[in-house]
Amino acid sequence: MSAAASPPRPNPVRHSSIPWAVVPFGLILLALVLMAVFAPLIAPVDPSTQNLLARLKAPGTEARGVVYHLGSDELGRDVLSRVIYGARISLLVAFASVILSGIFGSILGMVAAFQRGWVETIIMRLVDIVLSVPAILLAIITVAVLGPSLYNVVIVLALTRWPRYARVAYGQTLSVANMPYVRLAKFMGAGWFRLLWRHVLPNIAGALIVVATLEFGLMVLFEAGLSFLGLGVQPPTASWGAMLSTGRNYVGNAWWIATFPGLALFLLVLSINLIGDHVRDRLDPRSR
Amino acid sequence: MSPVLHVDDLKVTIGGNPVVDGVSFDVNEGEIVSIVGESGCGKSMTAFAVMDLLPKAARLAGGRIMLGDTDLRALSEAQRRNLRGNHLAMIFQEPVASLNPLMPIGRQIAESLIVHRKTQGRDPRLAAIAMLEEVGIPEPEIRAGQYPFELSGGMCQRAMIAMSLICRPRLLIADEPTTALDVTIQAQILDLMKRLRDETGAAILLITHDMGVVADMADRVAVMYAGRVIEQAPVDDIFARQEHPYTRLLLSTIPRLDGRPKVTLPSIEGMVPDIGQWPVGCRFNPRCPLADQPCIEAQPALAPRRDTGFAACWHSDRVETML
Ligand SMILES: Nc1ncnc2c1ncn2[C@@H]1O[C@H](COP(=O)(O)OP(=O)(O)OP(=O)(O)O)[C@@H](O)[C@H]1O
Ligand SMILES: [Mg+2]
Repeated sequence: MSAAASPPRPNPVRHSSIPWAVVPFGLILLALVLMAVFAPLIAPVDPSTQNLLARLKAPGTEARGVVYHLGSDELGRDVLSRVIYGARISLLVAFASVILSGIFGSILGMVAAFQRGWVETIIMRLVDIVLSVPAILLAIITVAVLGPSLYNVVIVLALTRWPRYARVAYGQTLSVANMPYVRLAKFMGAGWFRLLWRHVLPNIAGALIVVATLEFGLMVLFEAGLSFLGLGVQPPTASWGAMLSTGRNYVGNAWWIATFPGLALFLLVLSINLIGDHVRDRLDPRSR
Repeated sequence: MSPVLHVDDLKVTIGGNPVVDGVSFDVNEGEIVSIVGESGCGKSMTAFAVMDLLPKAARLAGGRIMLGDTDLRALSEAQRRNLRGNHLAMIFQEPVASLNPLMPIGRQIAESLIVHRKTQGRDPRLAAIAMLEEVGIPEPEIRAGQYPFELSGGMCQRAMIAMSLICRPRLLIADEPTTALDVTIQAQILDLMKRLRDETGAAILLITHDMGVVADMADRVAVMYAGRVIEQAPVDDIFARQEHPYTRLLLSTIPRLDGRPKVTLPSIEGMVPDIGQWPVGCRFNPRCPLADQPCIEAQPALAPRRDTGFAACWHSDRVETML
């Protein structure tokens, strides 16, 4: 029994070295997440407290006992505190919309590939239709109907982004469903739910996670864009997009209002995308 | 007692062309029946038809398939699903690809118990470990937690056999179960199947094109050519005496260890005709050294052989004089 006695072969997935190039960005992301979670503990002052006597103060200025480390905005609110609280909105919206659209799209894609026939036709044509409608247009319509709010931003993003996951889930399921192990499980009497949940989903999850990480960065930008246009999170809630929007009017005399949320946005999206690329390289067998 | 599997006049078509054309055979309890024949003669299609696994392109065009006293074709899809994996099991050709790469093998083996709710009082995990031990996998507790890529091809095949047999099926179909394995592992797997047959009394339908495997394993042999069974007999009888030229040529392709060594293995001249292009008369006639006028004109029916079994040849008494 030589075959049985041979030691297990090393796992090609688990075997890895530390990806030093990605580590700094992982730390940045971690810092931003911690910042969002512990915003009330970290922020020096309340992000919505106005002080009309301390408007447009430059970074480092002290006014009436408050130090404005990153300056103050046009209503005298602390930019640092608003950037810290803004991380909550960005991450929350991105996370919620990725989860919602990811689950919704993945289920539809898997079902389409598994059922074939008219179910497949309806779902995949719907995917084509939604992908062909400009996201901004759909956002404007939705906000016009539902009114602007945090939840509606999440709904808009979920409604416009699920087809990405559906397409990937569909293609991957088509190939996995023909693998002998799925056919064997089906033969052995497994029902469709068990087949999808236990045999198909784990084997396509890698591809879906890659899509999700890349989408996450996009969702952060989308939320900022919608808020910039006034279609997203409403004042006085701090959002990086909304801060960019108002700060734009003061770039000449108070550059800090738009610059710091812009920088935070840049760092968040950059680190997410780099980590996403790394995840894709690790999970995609073709790129190994 | 009725046979475990009774197949009568089975017909399968692909795009209107027959690929299995009136195949009949029985498999009794505790018996290993082997279907042999060259590539493309319809062996797998016969197995798939019995297992309700025909590819989309293929259609079950006729015949009766009885599992014990149950007519499989009369059952609903739900009833058939309950039979599959439970009373009927199949071992596939590609052992590694037939296991889910992301599920520990113990779980995969336990899965069929869970699906068929046969767990009554048994812990499925322990049952899977016991089954792994039964198919000869050392350290089954450890192996049960491992993934297919951590196992060799032979062990994957053992795991698949464990998966097939955990519900104690009455009929096991193995479609070329060892072609993907090297020779020593192949012998071990075949031994394992024989031992499990002895222990569980399962009926086994073994599909192969390897006459060596047949000699080693089978109690009875059905030789297929171009969608039909052309000769069928107990294994000793068919090795002792052939009444169809195709069987004789097929047997002459296995190396013999007795007497003078054969330097070259003869292979049968020509090719299996493609589906839809079968010749009229006896389908073997273009390749048959004995073919003459009657063979080109009419197809011979299966007729009793001189000893036991059946053969379909106009010149069955002359086959022994060939070569
Ligand atoms: N999915 C399919 N679509 C169309 N034709 C098929 C399909 N599968 C098999 N065939 C054809 O059906 C015929 C019988 O095939 P089958 O798989 O039963 O042969 P086999 O005896 O099992 O051969 P092998 O020893 O190669 O496995 C062949 O001519 C083959 O080309
Ligand atoms: Mg075959």
